Amino acid sequence: MPRIGAFICHCGLNIAATVDVERVAARARAIPGVVHAETYKYFCSQPGQEKIAEAIRSSRLDGVVVAACSPSMHEATFREAAALAGLNPYLVQIANIREQCSWVHSDRETATVKAAALVAAMVAKVRRDQPLEPIRLPVNPRALVIGGGVAGMQAAWDIAEAGHAVVVVEREPNLGGRMAQLSETFPTLDCASCILTPRTAEVARHPRIELLTWSEVREVSGYVGNFSVKIARRPAFVDWDRCIGCMLCQDKCPAPAPIAFEHGMGMGKAIGVSFPQAVPNRPVIRREYCRRFQGRKCQVCAKVCPVGAVDFEQAESCREEKVGAIVVATGFDVMPAAHFGEYGYGEYPDVIDSLAFERLNSSSGPTGGVIRRPSDGRIPREVVFIQCAGSRDPDRGKPYCSKICCMYTAKHAFLYRQKVPDGQAYVFYMDIRAGGKGYEEFVQRTVEQAGAMYLRGRVARVYPEDGRLLVEGVDTLAGTKVEVAADLVVLATAVLPREGARDLARTLKIAADEHGFYSEAHPKLRPVETMTRGIFLAGAAQAPRDIAETVAQASAAAAKALGLLTRGELAADPLVAEVDEARCSGCLVCRHVCPYQAIEPRELAARKVASVNPGLCQGCGACAAICRSGAMGLHGFSDKQVLAEVGAICL
Amino acid sequence: MSPYRALAAAHRLESDLVTLCSGCLNVLRRTNRRVASDLELGEKLRAAVELDYRGERRVRHLLEVLRDDVTWAEVRAQVARPLTGLKVAAYYGCLLLRPEREMEFDDPESPSILHDLLRALGAEPVSYPLQADCCGAFVSLRDDRFEAAGRVLKSAAAAGADLVVTSCPSCNYNLDRARTGLPVVYFTQLLAIALGLDGHFGEGMSDPRPLLRARSLLSEVS
Repeated sequence: MPRIGAFICHCGLNIAATVDVERVAARARAIPGVVHAETYKYFCSQPGQEKIAEAIRSSRLDGVVVAACSPSMHEATFREAAALAGLNPYLVQIANIREQCSWVHSDRETATVKAAALVAAMVAKVRRDQPLEPIRLPVNPRALVIGGGVAGMQAAWDIAEAGHAVVVVEREPNLGGRMAQLSETFPTLDCASCILTPRTAEVARHPRIELLTWSEVREVSGYVGNFSVKIARRPAFVDWDRCIGCMLCQDKCPAPAPIAFEHGMGMGKAIGVSFPQAVPNRPVIRREYCRRFQGRKCQVCAKVCPVGAVDFEQAESCREEKVGAIVVATGFDVMPAAHFGEYGYGEYPDVIDSLAFERLNSSSGPTGGVIRRPSDGRIPREVVFIQCAGSRDPDRGKPYCSKICCMYTAKHAFLYRQKVPDGQAYVFYMDIRAGGKGYEEFVQRTVEQAGAMYLRGRVARVYPEDGRLLVEGVDTLAGTKVEVAADLVVLATAVLPREGARDLARTLKIAADEHGFYSEAHPKLRPVETMTRGIFLAGAAQAPRDIAETVAQASAAAAKALGLLTRGELAADPLVAEVDEARCSGCLVCRHVCPYQAIEPRELAARKVASVNPGLCQGCGACAAICRSGAMGLHGFSDKQVLAEVGAICL
Repeated sequence: MSPYRALAAAHRLESDLVTLCSGCLNVLRRTNRRVASDLELGEKLRAAVELDYRGERRVRHLLEVLRDDVTWAEVRAQVARPLTGLKVAAYYGCLLLRPEREMEFDDPESPSILHDLLRALGAEPVSYPLQADCCGAFVSLRDDRFEAAGRVLKSAAAAGADLVVTSCPSCNYNLDRARTGLPVVYFTQLLAIALGLDGHFGEGMSDPRPLLRARSLLSEVS
């Protein structure tokens, strides 16, 4: 005869106000096999848990039913309490008499009858429970970081410093990401590359970090602790092992190429690196601009290369990496020109975006750091900055605030005035959002020291007139229309996820929001984890954020990844499906209904059967429901248990 | 109430409603949308006007009829006097295009319907920054002030236009009265000439015929 204990919780008045808990306990006592039943104000409290433990010990219980709130609230609490008292935690069942009874009913009599039936059902179930042990899964101690910008580098560095091997995959030929394109950083005006270059070098020469640049993640399979990742490396048409990084090829290449790094402000060459401090310092040939690939005679690079590293026949290569955790740090893009017809962006050369302004301002940029307008190279005397271009615009752009624009625009206005002392900067803004250490002070400096004229209001239109750009807007504080004749207009365009972010989300099986930013598991309490165990987020791929926040989040993602990687093995819930091989006919219908790709065929001596990977199985039970021969069972939810529950409710 | 009356009258004739004025189109089309979507308003109007109408009919600008029913290809085929080489600034104004979501007429930042008509007539459409700006007719009709109209015409002249064509009689009247020397004509007038008709040009209004004659574009049609 089983020895079952039933514990009926009052939950203060949450349950007790609607359900007569004493009557439920009395009904439970009458069920054969129930040797103990009691009620208490809060079983989840420390004394409450102690009561359960005490009953397990004194009444030698071999099954426990707690009638209380939803199992998603306190199932783990009560299982832990039972385990401490020496009972297998999987012999504890929860009867939900709060969310599914007292909260949704008002009639005390019927609610009490229903609560008693729910308790009886769980008693019937727990009688048929088997003790289960958590599944032990091995954890591969290596990590993969997708993205070699400041976020990816920080995460890789932190993980490697803690003693674990890291593979960094970067789509561009070089590390650095967006930060490498920037001139100075707010609010301290540190030169961006002065901060970034040492970090890049450290990452590149770290013995536990392996760099795979000019590469992309193609396929991800496996599960937490045991991911298998296929990585494709695009052909660079240069043998990087032979190459010595002299860049003679770049110097001599006759074909100009508009490289993405300069963001439309300058040209590179068909072969070469994006910027002088590039790491790895190895060139790639951009096929679409290379004369040789356009069918013309050239091959200058191959002729000048002192080590014969140019290889026009190089093909894409693929490799597979096994890792235990993945950090996704793919960064951001800015809204393309097509969105801003009213500002003439894309039509008039002197209407540029802020990333282009960064390039104009960068000492290693196309103008050597002198701010010259693109159309005629003149130094602009009046510059208009337009904030919220595409942000906070639910009708025609994005509803969200891109967060970084207020600060970088203040930085741009400040730097512009430093370089052009007799110039005037105008900033059209909606609100100034300068929350951050030293941020508001910096905006004030821009207004007071740099004399930037801040105009609260939006710009209606920009159009050319007499060789300048006429900016029509409103000053909503003064209530007047404003017209500024400007030499250069800079748009603070909305921050978007990187192109291809949604495809990567599908590959990784992680969620993205309606804009394509990756979704965190919980906005407050699990900000760097995804809903897929073992995959973590860092940087602007999750939401617009600045460098300081990105680095902090990258370190947080690294800490979470390390929490997993250092464990050696993981304990997983044993409530998963298992095949009775004697009964399995090998039809594999279960394989098609499994949403987690957890079922694979397994060859026995004479036939094949289904086999469940407990690391991937989430215990949804789809396979058990579809199995025609009744071979698929779900631990904790066997057919016998479910039928017994139904029987107890109906009888 | 009066746009509702006009819509209901068209409905009684089992006909869509065509207008050749941007301002009328704006009021009629937006009223039509609201009658169809705002049940409470529809109820009030039916009670007040005592005509039953629920937004069944379409409201169309003559330009849309030319584009969708006649088609540009057919217009092109009917042209007897192609306006070859004539640089025409298309003036769209504000009410034809906005609010974008209610009018669903054309891209408010870079509209093309008048451009397409002009191409069909053999002319060369000229784009200029203020082509979809307000001409200020609401002010000038009362105060005789033409700053807004003057800016529009200055912008068109700077883009090299010989002529300005409009899609709204009110804009046409206002721009014409600004008297900048740039002829301002309504699109049907230019259409008539291109089709080989004489065209009607009222007293005191711009008459493009001397210009066209000088360009040898007003030949006799047999």
